[in-house]
Amino acid sequence: MMQKLDYLKETPSQTAGPYVHIGLTPNALGIPGIYPVDLGRSPVRDGARGERITITGRVIDGAGMVLRDALFETWQADADGIYPGNDPRGAADPNVTGWARVAADFDTGIWRLDTIKPGRVPFPDGRPMAPHINVWLVARGVNLGLQTRICFDDEEQANAECPVLTRIEHKARIPTLLAKKTGPGEYSFDFRLQGEDETVFFDI
Amino acid sequence: MTLSNSIDRGPLFFRDRDWHPAAYTPGYKTSMTRAPFRPLVSLGSTLSEETGPAFGHSMIGELDNNLIMNFTGQPAIGERIIMHGRVLDENGRGVPNTLVEIWQANAGGRYRHKKDGYQAPLDPNFGGCGRTLTGPDGAYEFLTVRPGAYPWPNHVNSWRPMHIHISVFGSGFGQRLITQMYFEGDPLIAKCPIVNTIGQENAIEALVAPLDMNRAIPMDCLAYKFDIVLRGRRQSFFENRTEGL
Repeated sequence: MMQKLDYLKETPSQTAGPYVHIGLTPNALGIPGIYPVDLGRSPVRDGARGERITITGRVIDGAGMVLRDALFETWQADADGIYPGNDPRGAADPNVTGWARVAADFDTGIWRLDTIKPGRVPFPDGRPMAPHINVWLVARGVNLGLQTRICFDDEEQANAECPVLTRIEHKARIPTLLAKKTGPGEYSFDFRLQGEDETVFFDI
Repeated sequence: MTLSNSIDRGPLFFRDRDWHPAAYTPGYKTSMTRAPFRPLVSLGSTLSEETGPAFGHSMIGELDNNLIMNFTGQPAIGERIIMHGRVLDENGRGVPNTLVEIWQANAGGRYRHKKDGYQAPLDPNFGGCGRTLTGPDGAYEFLTVRPGAYPWPNHVNSWRPMHIHISVFGSGFGQRLITQMYFEGDPLIAKCPIVNTIGQENAIEALVAPLDMNRAIPMDCLAYKFDIVLRGRRQSFFENRTEGL
């Protein structure tokens, strides 16, 4: 008889529910006193190299409703395309922590991320990917955290070469991953969970 | 940089999406407008998902994993319990030094959230969240009160079983996971539309924590054991050769 393939199974996901902010951003929710500050308030510190950018947007469901209970996290490289922490290629800019927690405004559903534009990171085969910010999004009704990327519409050349963007078979969907430049250092980006312009989500 | 971070760099195991809940699960109504309908674009992990946020011990306060005392310093009301276990990867190895965050309703089943209108009272001494870092073997522990079950507006007479929400990191952004722990013996588990977003019975069982009398403290509190498994990594056994060779 053959040996068993006895790997453990990943713990099944469950929705973060409507009250995810109690656990992950209690101060922002108005529950002070447990933690001095919420984690992930900014992915960069003063002095970080690179172009300062602000991205604002919304998370919209299949009925066109703006979610006010969404929360997502971002993870990005520094201006040279190096990840903080455990990048095998070396140490990142010490003023880039790379990770942020972003909660939609409880009243308007609008979120805002202040960061720097990341550099290009190599795909496993060595080709450079377009500058991108990785996103993991949760909310009530989302059974398994959604993984996607925010790229930038003013990076035409890098986007055209990107092994991830070019892998998307339905080219008309690529713009769902592009933040639109609205001014110097300012971009807008909406996540659409369902419908005509549904954001591309990845199976990673 | 910890030793584990220098080892855990390889590509992530693929997710078994039949084991996780599907995105569109009509029994849980909110999923119907929030589930993506288009197929996910298959990517596999890149450096972007294989690297991940690291957290230092300096951020974690002494009482952060004690939900009974961490809000006002006065004890919360309810049945005192220890929730403990290990964070492991699919290869069965402990994941050290990783952040585990939890949140929950109070003993009456009420959340400290302005949107929670359930008539059970708020406990002035219960905030409802805690966090900790795993030890060298991946072990974690919380002291808290057993959360109450509560009604919610999915179908008429929907009740959530007693549960604690859990958020875990791991060593790569692609391992990021949120789940819920349920309690052994709770008859509401089988009836819950959120539990039943999971299709396989043994996957549901993986979310039910058994009563652990070995860890219970006499005349003080009961204990429940809950191990959390994050995605494994492929390269772990082949660190001395290039991927794909």
